[in-house]
This record gives sequence, C-alpha cells and structure tokens, in this order.
Amino acid sequence: MSSTTTDTPGTGGSSGADENVPAGEKATRATLKYVDDHFGSAGFLKRSMDKVFPDHWSFMLGEIALYSFVILLLTGVYLTLFFHASQHEVIYNGSYAPLRGVPMTDAYASTLHISFDVRGGLLMRQIHHWAALIFTTSIVVHMFRVFFTGAFRKPRTINWHIGVILMILAILEGFAGYSLPDDLLSGTGLRIAYSVAESIPVVGTYVCYFLFGGNYPGQDIIPRLFIIHVLLVPGILLALIGAHMMILWHQKHTDFPGPGKTENNVIGSKFYPTFFLKTNGFLFMVFGVIAALGAFATINPVWLYGPYSPGQVSAGSQPDWYILFLEGSLRMMPNWETHIFHHTISWNILIPGVIIPGLMFNLMALYPNIEAWATKDKGYHNLLDRPRDVPVRTALGVMSLTFYMILVIGGANDILATTFHWSLQAVTWVLRVLLIVAPPIAFKLTKRFCLGLQHHDEALLHHGVETGIIRRLPHGEYIEIEAELPPEKAEVLAKQIGYVGHSNGHAAITAGTNGHGSNGHATNGNGSGPKGGRLKRPVGLAETARARMEHFLTEEREPVPDAHAADHADEETPVH
Amino acid sequence: MENVSTSALTPDTGHRSGRRRFAHAGIVLLVIGLFGFLYAAFAPSHSAATSSDPAIEQGRQLYLQGCSSCHGLNGEGGVTAPSLIGVGAAAADFQMSAGFMPLRNHTAEAERHEPAYDDTEIEQISAYIGSLGPGPAIPTNLDYQSAPLAFGGQLFRTNCAQCHNFAGSGGALTYGKSAPSLSSASPKEIYEAMLTGPENMPVFGDQQITPAQKLAIVNYVRTIKTSPNPGGAGLGRIGPVSETAVAWLVGIGVCVVITMWIGSKV
Repeated sequence: MSSTTTDTPGTGGSSGADENVPAGEKATRATLKYVDDHFGSAGFLKRSMDKVFPDHWSFMLGEIALYSFVILLLTGVYLTLFFHASQHEVIYNGSYAPLRGVPMTDAYASTLHISFDVRGGLLMRQIHHWAALIFTTSIVVHMFRVFFTGAFRKPRTINWHIGVILMILAILEGFAGYSLPDDLLSGTGLRIAYSVAESIPVVGTYVCYFLFGGNYPGQDIIPRLFIIHVLLVPGILLALIGAHMMILWHQKHTDFPGPGKTENNVIGSKFYPTFFLKTNGFLFMVFGVIAALGAFATINPVWLYGPYSPGQVSAGSQPDWYILFLEGSLRMMPNWETHIFHHTISWNILIPGVIIPGLMFNLMALYPNIEAWATKDKGYHNLLDRPRDVPVRTALGVMSLTFYMILVIGGANDILATTFHWSLQAVTWVLRVLLIVAPPIAFKLTKRFCLGLQHHDEALLHHGVETGIIRRLPHGEYIEIEAELPPEKAEVLAKQIGYVGHSNGHAAITAGTNGHGSNGHATNGNGSGPKGGRLKRPVGLAETARARMEHFLTEEREPVPDAHAADHADEETPVH
Repeated sequence: MENVSTSALTPDTGHRSGRRRFAHAGIVLLVIGLFGFLYAAFAPSHSAATSSDPAIEQGRQLYLQGCSSCHGLNGEGGVTAPSLIGVGAAAADFQMSAGFMPLRNHTAEAERHEPAYDDTEIEQISAYIGSLGPGPAIPTNLDYQSAPLAFGGQLFRTNCAQCHNFAGSGGALTYGKSAPSLSSASPKEIYEAMLTGPENMPVFGDQQITPAQKLAIVNYVRTIKTSPNPGGAGLGRIGPVSETAVAWLVGIGVCVVITMWIGSKV
C-alpha cells in the first residue's frame, strides 16, 4: 500500500524550535537526543508522531480489546505467582469455612487461597476474569465495525484473517483460563469439551486420550491447560496482535467518505499529540471500567461451585459468554445417533459441537475472499462503505448475528425458563424453530431497511430537506417548500452513496430524474474503480456459480419514485 | 362371597338338604358379620380422634373448611388432589408453612406465597393429617448450627445442586416445573422437604440421608444463604449467564459510550 500518501492537514501546530523553552521540555529534548544519538531514531519517531489517524469513534473500538489484553497480562502475571497448576489431591485448610476439610485438587485449593488469603487476590482474579469478558466482547464489537463498513476488503483481507484467528485464540484462551481453577462448573465444561472431541468419528477417542493423557479427568489436563493459557496462546496472541497493528500502521486506517477524503489520503489527527493523548486516556478509562466491575460485581465464585467431582453437577451449568453459543447449539440439537458396524456416530454432538462452529468460523474468515471472488473486485479500498449502501452484505451480517444470538440464548434456556416461568421444552422448541426461521427474516428486513435508508438519502439529494413551510400556489394547490442541502453536505452524501465512482461524479446526480435508474452499476458496493460487467457470459460451472453469487450480492439501487421526480422537475422549479 | 350366596340360593344346583342350605347361609352371614366387625374395629374413626386430642379436632374443623373440597372429607384425595392418608404431619406442615398450600392456581406446580394459616392453625391441621395414617412427623431436633458445615456442602453438591443449583438459587425442570430457590426456605422447611419430597422432589428418607446428615445440609444451605458475597454484588448466584449480561450491558456498553465520548469532535 505504498500508493497511499498521507496528506497532513488537521492540526497545524508542528513543533518548531523556540528560544524560550520550559525546563521540562528541555529535559525531554535531552533524553530524545540521547536516544537519537544511539539509535538514530529521530526520523522514525518524527514519521510516527506525524502519522495521521482519522477521527471516528468507531475506529477506537479495537483499542478496548488491546487495552483489556494489557490488563489481562498484568493481572495474569500476579495470579501465576500464587496458582498451583496441579491435580494432586489436598485437604483444604484455608479460611473459607464451608470448604474446610474437603478433599480437592491443588489447583482448586490454590484458587481458594488466592480468593481468600492472598492480599488483593480476589480483586485480581475478578479484574482478570472481567477483563477476559471485555476482551472477547470488544473483539466482537470491533469485528462488527470492520464487517459492516467493508473495512476487510483489499488490501486489508489478510488483516481480517489475522483478526479472525485472534478471535478464535481469544476464545480458546478464555476457555483454558476458565477451566484452570478445577471447580465443579469448569470441570463440567471440560467434560463437555472432552465429549465434543470424542464425537469426531474415527479419531475422536485418540484425540481425547492425547489431549487429556487418558480418560477424563485424569491428572494431566490442568497442568497442560496452564501452559497453554499462560505461555502458548498468549505468546501467539501477542505476536499476532503485533502483526495486526503493524499492518494497520503500514496500510494506514480506513475512513468514511467525506469532504476532501479520497482513496489516496488520510484526514484526521496526528498521532502525537492528539491521538496519543486520546488513546492513553482511553487506556485508563477502560482499565477503570474493568477495575470497577472487578471491585463491585462477583464473577466466577468458585467457592460456591465447590471442587470438581465427576459425580456432581449443578443446575444451570453454563460456560462464559463466548462459549455460550456452543452450549446453545448442543442444548438445541435433537438426540440423533447412528449405529454402524458396532460404532456410534453421535450426530447430536458432532453437528452442534464441531460442524456448526467449524462452518461459522470458516465462513467468517473467508467472507472477504468470497465477496471479492464473486464481484471480481480487485480494487484497493481505503474508503469505507456505509452499511446501507451495501444492503446484501449488511443483511448477511445481521442474518449471521441473528443465528448466533439464538444459539447464545439457547445456551441459557433453563435460566430463561426459571426466570420467566416458561416451560423448558417450550423455550427449546421455540428457539429451534427460530434458529431456522429468524435468520432469513432478519436478512429480508435488514435489506429492506437498507433500501429504505438509501431512498431517504436519494430523496434528500433530489428534493432537499422538508422545511415545514407550506405555500399556496395561485391555482389553489398547496405545496411544501423543500430547501436544498448545503453544497458540502450534498457532496458528502453523494460520495457516501457512491456516485463519485463516476468520472462525472456530481453531474450524475443532478442529471435528472431518468438518470439514476441506470446508476445501479456504479453503486453496487464498490465505489471505486470500474468492474467487469456482471452479465458477462458465464463459462463453466464455477463461472456460473460466481455470476449467480454476484447477482445475489449486488443489489441495484432503487430509483426514487417517479411521481415525486416529476413533481420536482415541473412544478417545484419556481420555488428553488 | 357373591358366588357362594348365589349358589346357595339357586334351587337347581344340586340335591342338597334344607338344613345344609341353612348352614351355608349361616356361614355367609357370619363372614359378613365378621367383616363388618373388623371394619368397625380398624377403620379410622372420627369419634375416636375427637375424644383423644382437641388439637386434632380443631385441625379437622379447619381441614373441612379449607382443604376438604379438593382432598376429600376424610383426606382420601380427589380428582385434582392426592390422598393425604399416610403423608405425615411433616408434609402438611411443609406445604402450609412454606405457602404452597392451599393452592392458588392449577399451574404446572404449586407457587409459593404467604402462608394462609398462622402457626397454631398449621400445627392443628398437620396434627389432624398426621392422625390419618403413619407418616413422617414434624422434626423436633433442628439444632443444625453445630452440624458439620463442609460435609453438608459435599452432601448438598451430591444430592441437591443438580436441581437447586450450586448456591440453592433454583433451576428448571421439565414442562414448566422447577426446583425452587432456597433463599426463603427456613431450616425446618429444608429439613421437611428432604423428609417428604414435595412436588417433583424425591424423598430423602432417614435411611438415605440420616437426620444428622440432613442437619449438615441445612447448615450448609443456611450458611451460604446468609453469608454475603465476598466479591461484590452476587448477580443472582446463577453462574455465567448473569455475568454475560453484565459484561455486555454494563462492561462493553460503558466502554462504547466512552469511545463515543472520546471520539466525538470537540
């Protein structure tokens, strides 16, 4: 992406050499000079500090994930000082009376020790756990932004792939950490994980024995999860987060279309001081929110769950939220099994536990590639789409989210049943039906909604803003006066709609009422660059499939109703 | 018996003498008389109860007014209500003092509400129902505070948590039924519930869980119910679902609002 040049408007005050420098700044300069003398870093620093970041609040959502990860690392280090990753049996003798004298694993006993006998231990545990929930939620929220604005398109497709891997790793990391205390709830979760792995035909049993070092629960899984949780996955996460941000730094941030914004510039604030201060303040605020949660809201009260024992299980055993969709798909699945040659294929676990998440994650990861392949879009995109301008993509996103949400709700079916005094069976059946029926409805509604918003935009451009002033014409007719949009607003709107793809840009809009029916081609979600006509003669099966896919993904922009347009052309002229 | 009598009265069954016929009839009468006597001797007699204990008679009056329309005039049960003969005083005491009985609505299961009777009335009705047949009596030794706490916890997790949840917050059963929360259950109610198995709950008789073990469970439940949450708000003690709601609505919600604030142009 060397073709992207950074224009630097925005804040004008660059640091010049002044004579009367305060003492503090003198010291800073001396330090920087010392560093520069040794590393020759001034050029790099200058370039980095002048780096321009666009201003939109939604571009900072990913930072919530970054900062909660920092909090996870800090609190996690503290917890490792006291945690014993061992399944050796001990008799608890600490200060929590309801468990004193109970045999348990060392892992669970040391978690109790952290919670009740280590100074600040419970607070650290709770901050760590809340930070984990905020980490995963913020990743999802960040992905919403990237998906619905089309920020995953070339050249950022690889960074999307890295992001999806980061998300999956975050889920694994969370699950490993949640399992470490070896309490009754997490042990139940591990038992389910064991069974899910076991359900894979042919290799399942071997995979389980390999992972757990024998039959469940065994003596090995907690020490293994500990190394996975504190070394392996965090290491990979750290490396990939580094890559994710370096690619972002190198490719520069995307931005919404706006005045002066093109595919080849970035308009916003310089990294230093504006963005630097914003983002540091943000770090502390995220830390504050998570610390407040850790201080005031109990999370994972392992002392109430009790130590894990294979003979016990609690009602309402649920995992943390990021696994809840898997729990839901397992709970909703009918009890199907097949017996062939003295072997059982457990469809009831294989489908909801392995196949559904496998499909979900793969589709999510590959969506940018599928879209680019179908629409033959090879262009570079540094300007974002507004969700309404790409109705099919937006609708697909909402459809997938609906599917996901129903799975999540399904994971809490018993809590719903008791809370609202519903029948558990009724809840499950309603959710089963919704899982199939609701996503297509969500797709249809979202698409319709997007088209409606498009309509509204076009109406604004062609008719202007309704003023509320009614005028009576000489022949007795009443009309409402419509004020034209201010030219800069009209320009932004035209860009957002995508008319700028044409060389004659603005002219296309004002060209008149019969023009925009044919504008669909230019506005099919890829504002920049010409694309191959989508009715190219299909050759072969793959090409037919691609063409059909493109047809599905590309939604023609609907023209503004003619009656209005006619109005506009003939009778409203004197008003303007 | 009917067979015997018909054959005795049928003229053409055989060539039996009149005397023998009379002898047969006599035996029949004797047997009938014996049944009647035995019935009179062993059948529950209201008059007997009335004379022995005024509390039982009081209970019977209350029973006739408030309970008999469903459970029958003698506790024999009806179309919509089970028989109360042999359920014991403990069951009646539990149902009424926890407010499940008298039933308000015919829903999937009885709902808990304020008790309809005061303590004396509950005692009297329970005494009457206890007098209908042998069954568990109201427990008298409820000195649970000296029972082993951690042991009670182990018993609770093994026998109770799978329906009532790890902290006794309650849980779902099938078709709209549920294991209720134990938050408002008194020590006596917890004990009686184990003893009598109300609704869908199994009976944990004294052979399965001894009285001493029951007291340990009561101690554990009361201890965790009355102790505060060391980590701040308890979020209903229902596990990760409420944590999920807090993470999304409060945690990330506040963070996103902060993002909008920081990201807004000044």
